[in-house]
Amino acid sequence: MEDKLIPGGQPARGLHGFALLTAAATLMLIGVGGLVTSHGVGMSVPDWPNTYGYNMFFFPLSKWVGGIFYEHSHRLVASGVGLLTTILALWLHGRSARPWLRWPAVILFATGLATFIKMPARSQDATVLLTVGAAGFLISFMWPGGDGAPRWLRRLGVVAFFAVVAQGVLGGLRVTAIKDELGIFHATLAQLFFCLICAIALFTSRWWQATATAPPIEAARHPVLIRWFFGITLLILVQLTLGATMRHQHAGLAIPDFPLAYGKIWPDTDPEAVARYNQQRLEVTALNPITATQITLQMTHRLLALLILVATAAGARATVSRLGAKSFLGTLSLSWLGLILLQVALGVATIWSNKAADIATAHVLCGALALALGTVACIVSIQKFAFARNAASSLRPSPGSRSLPGSKASVENLY
Amino acid sequence: MNMNILTKSLLASALVAGVFSLQAGDITGTITLKGTPPKERDIAPLKDDPTCGKMHSTTPTTRFYVVGGKGELADVVVSLDGVSGKSTGASAAPAVMDQKTCLYIPQIMAVQTGQKITIKNSDPVLHNVHSQPTVAGNGEENKAQMPNGPDLSFSFTKAEDFVKFKCDVHPWMFAWVSVFDHPYFAVSGADGTFKIANVPPGKYTLKAAHRKAGVVTKEIEVKDGAVSVELALDAK
Repeated sequence: MEDKLIPGGQPARGLHGFALLTAAATLMLIGVGGLVTSHGVGMSVPDWPNTYGYNMFFFPLSKWVGGIFYEHSHRLVASGVGLLTTILALWLHGRSARPWLRWPAVILFATGLATFIKMPARSQDATVLLTVGAAGFLISFMWPGGDGAPRWLRRLGVVAFFAVVAQGVLGGLRVTAIKDELGIFHATLAQLFFCLICAIALFTSRWWQATATAPPIEAARHPVLIRWFFGITLLILVQLTLGATMRHQHAGLAIPDFPLAYGKIWPDTDPEAVARYNQQRLEVTALNPITATQITLQMTHRLLALLILVATAAGARATVSRLGAKSFLGTLSLSWLGLILLQVALGVATIWSNKAADIATAHVLCGALALALGTVACIVSIQKFAFARNAASSLRPSPGSRSLPGSKASVENLY
Repeated sequence: MNMNILTKSLLASALVAGVFSLQAGDITGTITLKGTPPKERDIAPLKDDPTCGKMHSTTPTTRFYVVGGKGELADVVVSLDGVSGKSTGASAAPAVMDQKTCLYIPQIMAVQTGQKITIKNSDPVLHNVHSQPTVAGNGEENKAQMPNGPDLSFSFTKAEDFVKFKCDVHPWMFAWVSVFDHPYFAVSGADGTFKIANVPPGKYTLKAAHRKAGVVTKEIEVKDGAVSVELALDAK
């Protein structure tokens, strides 16, 4: 098992460390993306994949002014995450990745050469193609020669590769098609992609390999915990999608006060009231007008936050009472609760600071971490439960035979 | 004989007077603001910007309520409501908006459908000009404009109130352009006055719209060549 997870005979730590690096870079990318929307500068670079006509890697530093700084940084960090994800996907494939690295690299190099000769005006693009092509070609000869990860994990790597490509194209289309709606998908896919990379990091860890062959008791005897973890994680995903929808409507704070909403427990959303809200706010930046839908979304976001907080607290209590605070899932569920509490505080601070960019971005990052932590909790609890069930079924008497007294106790003793 | 001359003269005078009475008239007037407007907000991000901040000695403020000492209200779009299909925008002179000291000047403008809107960049910094119409048929555009670069051109095919223009590079930069499919509109000046010229005789609804103070209407009749109207909006 371990050999299959260690492509090329490299220590698993290398691959796991690289997956962690990719996850950290993805979190950073989400943060920079959060800064882009928090500053309202998503459209500050009107073209894509170029930046003001330059190949993005050649865009002069002197022109990184105003919102361009955030948007262009977002594009560059995204390119870095794309590169890391590509390497991770290839690394998971071991030696079989060599041709996938070598021949596309040759094609890139040839395309770069043709561009250089036929279209000298696009020498920046040609340079990038030539550099990437040459690097890929050379690296393919030094690529690890191991068997690669198990097929299911290799497939996860491929999914991650296509997800990062789709994410890049989605981000580009959001700019060129000038569609706010695409930004919502872009933001949600970013969260899911981060979870996927975190899952790959988990699967490549020594801890995962060790516990896969020798599972502790953990959640195995408590399937109710799986339902807690799953339900809360799903709620967080819905909550993050709601948040992405609000952010990408570029209307600022649809409700400027907290804990009340326009001075009431539930704000008025009739046309006259909404017109009054818009007339009374003096925007410093170019925000879209508030709509009744946005106010309802904001209220739903608040209520869902409360529900998630209560559910996470109840889930942590259930986990700790069954497995103890020092068990893996016990510690994880308590950390999760801490993260949700921090997230609620950041949400409140976002409102009270009139959506200050750094606080709003911290809110986005904390949400991403909460979702990733929930994903890890789900995976760990499911894996342990599945192992326990398989183990139990292997001890179960065959159909037709009489059940053996004390067989349940035997299963429990296995753990 | 003398009688004939006198009769003819009177008839001619009556005819001329009749013709004049059917001639187009001007609608003039003043817009005032009732009540105390909210205090304008400092545009702190502008002052904090390393490039744009240098162009201002003090922190600029928002410009929602531009009010004179006697309540004269600027930047109110006054138009004839319900008139349509009379655009002469294709042959009208372009309306010009400049980007100066990282602000749009003017911040409120009105044009006809088909009329060219020229956007200048007088700043030593690049901007993007992003129009955000909401009426179907008026396409959203986002164009880059280099420092002191060539003018950009926009136009709209459908009438729409307050189309937003903004610069995403400098998010505090925004302006609105109202689009009409007739030439009977004006934007009130710093003294609150406005003039809509050459309005055909008839009864109209005069509409005054302000970004924050809302809308007020008044029934008017153009029949004697000129109409004077006083309008008041409430501060919100």
